[in-house]
Amino acid sequence: MLLRSFARSFVTLAALAGPVSALERGRDGTLKILYWQAPTILNPYLSGGIKDIEAASLVLEPLARYGPEGVMRPWLAEDIPTLANGGISADKRSITWRLKPDLTWSDGSAVTAEDIRFTHAYCTAPGGGCSQADKFRGVADVEVLDPLTARVTFDAPRPNPYGPFVGPQAPILQAAQFSACLGPAAASCTEANFAPIGTGPFKVVDFRPGDAVQFEANPGYREPGKPAFADVTFKGGGTPAAAARTVLETGEFDYAWNLQLRPEMLSDMEARGKGRITAAFSTLVERLAFNLTDPDPALGDARSTLAHPHPVLSDADVRRALSMALDRPVMVEIGYGTSGRATCNIIPAPPAYASDANEDCLVQDLDGARAALDTAGWTDSDGDGVRDKEGRPLSLVLQTSTNAVRQDFQVLIKEWWRQIGVETELRNIEPSVFFGADPSSPDTFQKFYADVQMFAGASDGTDPEGYLSTWFCGRAPAPENQWQGANISRWCNPAFDALGEELSGTGGVEARAALARRMNDMLVQSHVVLPLVDRGRVSAHVLSLGGVEMNAWDSELWNIADWTRLPD
Amino acid sequence: MLRYTARRLFFALPTLLAISLVVFALLELAPGDPMAQLPQTISADVRAQMREALGLGEAAHIRYTRWLYQLAVVEPMVGIDALFGTAFSEGAPRLLSWQTRAPVMALLGERLPQTLIVVGLAYVIGVIVAIPLGVWSAYRRGGAFDRAATGAAMLSYAVPPFFSGAVLIWLFAITLGWLPSVYDTGLIVRDWDSLVAQIRQMALPVLVLSVQTTAQISRYMRAAMLDALGQDYITAARARGAPEGRVLMAHGLRNSLIPVVSIVAVGAPQIFAGAIVTEQIFGVNGIGALLVSSVQATDIPTIMAITMVLAVLIVAFNLMADLTYGWLDPRIRYD
Repeated sequence: MLLRSFARSFVTLAALAGPVSALERGRDGTLKILYWQAPTILNPYLSGGIKDIEAASLVLEPLARYGPEGVMRPWLAEDIPTLANGGISADKRSITWRLKPDLTWSDGSAVTAEDIRFTHAYCTAPGGGCSQADKFRGVADVEVLDPLTARVTFDAPRPNPYGPFVGPQAPILQAAQFSACLGPAAASCTEANFAPIGTGPFKVVDFRPGDAVQFEANPGYREPGKPAFADVTFKGGGTPAAAARTVLETGEFDYAWNLQLRPEMLSDMEARGKGRITAAFSTLVERLAFNLTDPDPALGDARSTLAHPHPVLSDADVRRALSMALDRPVMVEIGYGTSGRATCNIIPAPPAYASDANEDCLVQDLDGARAALDTAGWTDSDGDGVRDKEGRPLSLVLQTSTNAVRQDFQVLIKEWWRQIGVETELRNIEPSVFFGADPSSPDTFQKFYADVQMFAGASDGTDPEGYLSTWFCGRAPAPENQWQGANISRWCNPAFDALGEELSGTGGVEARAALARRMNDMLVQSHVVLPLVDRGRVSAHVLSLGGVEMNAWDSELWNIADWTRLPD
Repeated sequence: MLRYTARRLFFALPTLLAISLVVFALLELAPGDPMAQLPQTISADVRAQMREALGLGEAAHIRYTRWLYQLAVVEPMVGIDALFGTAFSEGAPRLLSWQTRAPVMALLGERLPQTLIVVGLAYVIGVIVAIPLGVWSAYRRGGAFDRAATGAAMLSYAVPPFFSGAVLIWLFAITLGWLPSVYDTGLIVRDWDSLVAQIRQMALPVLVLSVQTTAQISRYMRAAMLDALGQDYITAARARGAPEGRVLMAHGLRNSLIPVVSIVAVGAPQIFAGAIVTEQIFGVNGIGALLVSSVQATDIPTIMAITMVLAVLIVAFNLMADLTYGWLDPRIRYD
């Protein structure tokens, strides 16, 4: 009774305190977001597609995530476990996460360490086809120490233990909702996969796969007064140009994602004064990769395998000359505008990991390239404009996926290489074939039945250990591994592998960054792979939308709880 | 007639079976990988496990048989269960989309309303406009109206929707700001305001699509009408002193409608196929957009389900057109 009257007087008090209502949850009405690729499922563990992961990030949250500067921030966890605070064991075999107190799911039940344990069990259950299994690789066990504490144990020392439960790809699932969805049953849980219960600022009201999602503010969200928006309409479909138009020209939507358009088209739209373009950079680098094995069709099944070194590109001087002939700033200007930066590093970020030893590649040097080819013995002996050596013309096949910017780049490269006496044949391949891993197709980028190819790649998160290890000796795609290796160039340098081993045993950001920079330098200075453009994420929002902090290390919508409608 | 119908129905089954085999074989032989759209940070063995979970590890003939069983037996039973509250399909594996991991038929059901509303309405409007246009063009053959209508029809038939759609968006959505450029599939018509919103968002896609239909059907109508107007019974009617309106409508139009009706009927399944380009431009996200995104994502169960549903509809509508033909024109006898 006493409690009730107390509560009543409290409610009256709250009602009297009028101006406070200005910071009420849901005060700013509807937020409209457009993703031109529509989300098809809201369970990141079953998709792996960026559109799905970002749509789910409004609802599902990890223990820690990355801020725009690439630094980890505790999210559902109270703080980031480190060696110093005892969160990481001295032998680096375990990490102990502690949840913030009083967290609740949007259905009102408490978030516990059991949910953390369950999420690991869910993703590692055999037959489930979990797309984030890489995140949980090497995890021996996840134990519940008390209702708020879970300990992740690895089967070997792990200097960088922030894989599981960090970032939007590996959020915490509610054990109660997904307990019947383990392994092969995962696909049958349509209801849970379409409307996961989460801890985030919003909850799913209606999901139309491949079309639209309707969210509303989570009434139990942990921060009072957030989110500012009462609901979110998350529309999918169309094209990047249509998406840019709805924000920058008609103002029908507040936010549009991933606008890879011609730079002049975007700046013209932005000039109408309705919206703003934002870009952020992480590690996505457009590059040329050389094939160090011989793709000659005459070799049959031994094409592009280690048994036959490439007759031309095995020579590092030729590769260096081909790199010197490129004008990277021009490529950025033509293909990317503000959403790209010329780079000479395969690891361009975070700042601590970016080497400054390779800047000379930013300036085109056609004379230098010609001189290098002369020294390497490639001369134009028959005067046809194409260099040759021992009767073999310097002629290369450059392939990439079908994509307007890549085809522009192909033409540019062909022209620059022509100027140094190199003949280039261009090919482009449908993306789902090129990046598909069908071992029976001759056109996949893993098979690499060409001399040079262009594609983009990125490190998963801020730590490049796993990414750099893709250039290890044993990782070359080959018939024996169904062409599944990640070392596309088929490069092998034992010194590089040794540094990689050292990296996997080194703790501390400084020391790891120094090693990563050395490995980056070794890779790009041997010209196995030519970094071209550091590609950013580009999105646009209307001027009246406040709080947007573009983030390339995490979901773009990572801080949607802080977004507000600005007064006119 | 009954025997003819039964025979046609009997032959429809092997036709559909053959179509399903061809579709399956084509998709099987086509390059493409459902994992190709995933970020490259996902490793090869995880991709392999994901493919395994989709059932891709099994031999082609096993997958085909299972797919046929799911489509022809399980899914109809699910439909019966939904209608009558029975439980025939309990525990049976449904046909699942690879992109959404949800039943394909539920996905189709979700997409059908906007496709039917937008594409269906455009078809109906297109036909309704085309018939008087064709009739009057034929009646005033060679006149100013006929020449203007012929020119307009040729132009609108030749201009592709991705161009006309873009021009209309530029004019009505960007420059004038009258109409939205993105279709809101979540809009429910409850009151006057939401009805107006629905009409406004339908206006552009319906316009783009109906112009195409009008252009096509009005040409057929004109040709059929010209044919009819040259017949002896028209001269006879005029000689009898029948008024011109009666000659045109009762004698000319009724006879010339026969071929047009069959063309309209045969074209009707297009409505269910959706409009691939127009849906994409305006974000209508109906069956056409679903087909495109499924092809891009190599979501084979969804592609096959859409293709098969269309095949069934096309076979059915062809049969219907043939039967209507015989009924409209007693001179045609099938037996």
